[in-house]
Amino acid sequence: MLEPFSMHQPRSAGEASAMLSHFGEDATVYAGGTELLVVMKERLAHFPHLIDIKRIPGLADITYDPERRELIIGSTARHRDLERSPLVRQWLPALAALEASVANVRVRAAGTIGGNLCFAEPHSDPATLLTALDARLTLTSASGTREIAMASFITGLMETNRRHDEILTSLAVPESGPRTGVAYERFKLHERPTAAVAALVTIESGTITDARIVAGSVGARPQRLPDAEAMLRGQSANESSAWLAADLIRMEVETTSDAFESEAYKRQLARTVGYRAIVAAIRQATGADGSRHAA
Amino acid sequence: MPPEKVAPLMTLETTVNGRPVSLPIEPRAILLDVLRDRLDLTGTKRSCDSQVCGACTVLLDGTPVSACCTLAYEAGGREIETIEGLAGPNGLHPIQQAFVDTDAIQCGFCTPGFVLTTKALLAENPRPTRAAIEDYLGGNLCRCTGYWNILDAVEDAAEKLAAVSPHPQPPLPSSRERGLNGPRLSGPRGPS
Repeated sequence: MLEPFSMHQPRSAGEASAMLSHFGEDATVYAGGTELLVVMKERLAHFPHLIDIKRIPGLADITYDPERRELIIGSTARHRDLERSPLVRQWLPALAALEASVANVRVRAAGTIGGNLCFAEPHSDPATLLTALDARLTLTSASGTREIAMASFITGLMETNRRHDEILTSLAVPESGPRTGVAYERFKLHERPTAAVAALVTIESGTITDARIVAGSVGARPQRLPDAEAMLRGQSANESSAWLAADLIRMEVETTSDAFESEAYKRQLARTVGYRAIVAAIRQATGADGSRHAA
Repeated sequence: MPPEKVAPLMTLETTVNGRPVSLPIEPRAILLDVLRDRLDLTGTKRSCDSQVCGACTVLLDGTPVSACCTLAYEAGGREIETIEGLAGPNGLHPIQQAFVDTDAIQCGFCTPGFVLTTKALLAENPRPTRAAIEDYLGGNLCRCTGYWNILDAVEDAAEKLAAVSPHPQPPLPSSRERGLNGPRLSGPRGPS
C-alpha cells in the first residue's frame, strides 16, 4: 500500500507549473506512473501531492510540421501511441519500431514518452535514440517556455535540466535527411536493455559523410561518441568501417558499475550492438534493406 | 469524516465486466487491491508487483495494463475487464477453452493474465504469426509450462475465434520481425 497523497488535475501546463511551485518538494508530476508508482511502492520516495498532467488538453497530440520537417510529440503520448501512430511510422520508422519494443505491452499502454525522459532512467530506450535524432524538448512553466536539446537534457543518473516547476510539454524530432539511415540496436535479457547504440549515418557516393553515434544503458546517461563518429566520416560505407568505429565505441564509452554486469562486459556489448547499429544504418542509407531512404 | 492524515476520498465511477461500479476510494488505492479486496474479483493475481510478470493483467478499455502498478483512479470513466468477465452463460470463452484444450495450464497462477493478454492481442491482430504472439506475450511469465503449449493455445484460440466471427486481416509484424532484440519466450535462438 502506498502512503497517502492527494491527486490534482490541472487543465493547463501553466496551472500544473503553479501547483508545483505552490507545493514545492511535496509535489511531483504524475503521468503514466510506470516509474513513479514503483518508486513510491518501494518507499524510495513519497510525494503528498501528485499533479496528473494527463488531463491537460492536447498534451498527447502527435503532429507533423511539414515546413520544419519535424514531428511534434506531446509529452503525455504513450509508448503505445507512438508505436501505432501513422505519422511516427511514416516519418520516423526507427522510433516507431523502438517504441514497439519498450518493456512490455502493459508498460507501453501506460507509460508516456515525457515521463520516460524526465525520469531519466539510464536504460531508457527512447532517450538514446532521441539523442541521436537531435530532438529538442519544450519546457513550460508559469514564467514562460524554453527549448532544450535532448543531448543536454539528461545530466546524470535520473537527473535532468528540468526545473522543479517546469512541465515537459512536447518534443520536436527532426526528420533525418536524405541518404541517411537511422538504426537502434540493443542487447537485453530482462525488462531493460543492458547495452544500446543508436546510429545515424549519411552516405554520399559510397562514402560516409556524417555520423551520429549514441550509446545508452551502459552509463549514467545517453552519450555521443565523437571518436567513433570521427572514424566513420570519410570512410567507405561497409562492414569494415563499422568494425573500426565499434572498436572505438568500446574504448570511449563511459560505463557505470552495478550489481548485474561488469563494466568490461558492458563495453564489449556496446561494441557489438554498436557494430550492428552502424551496419543497419548504412544498409538503410544505401537502400540495401529496401527502405524509403534509398539513395 | 476520514481522519485528517488521509487525503480526501474520491468516487471511482467505472465499469467492471460490463457492470457499473461506484466506490469511494483513496487516491492511493491500487487497482489490484480494489479488484481483489473491495470487489472480490480474485482471479487477478499479485505476483512480481512490479509490472514484469503479467499475473495481474486486466484490460482497461481493451488494452492490457498491470493492475499492481495502476492507480484505481485511472479506471474512472473507463471499462475494466477481468478474467471473471470472460466466461458466458454457455460456458468458457473460446480463448479459455483453447487453453484447456491445449493443456496450456499447470499451476494456473499466470493463466488469467495470459488469457486476457491473448484477448487483447487477437482483438488487434486476429491471425498473428508465431513471432508476433511471442512478442506480444513477452511480458507474461509462466514458471511451469515452458510456454510451448501456451503459444499453441493462442494459435488455437485464433482459429476458434475466426470460426465464430471471421475478420480476414493480414498479420502485423512483431518487433522482432522488424529486427529488434526483444524478450524471448521460446528459449535461445542463434545470433541474428
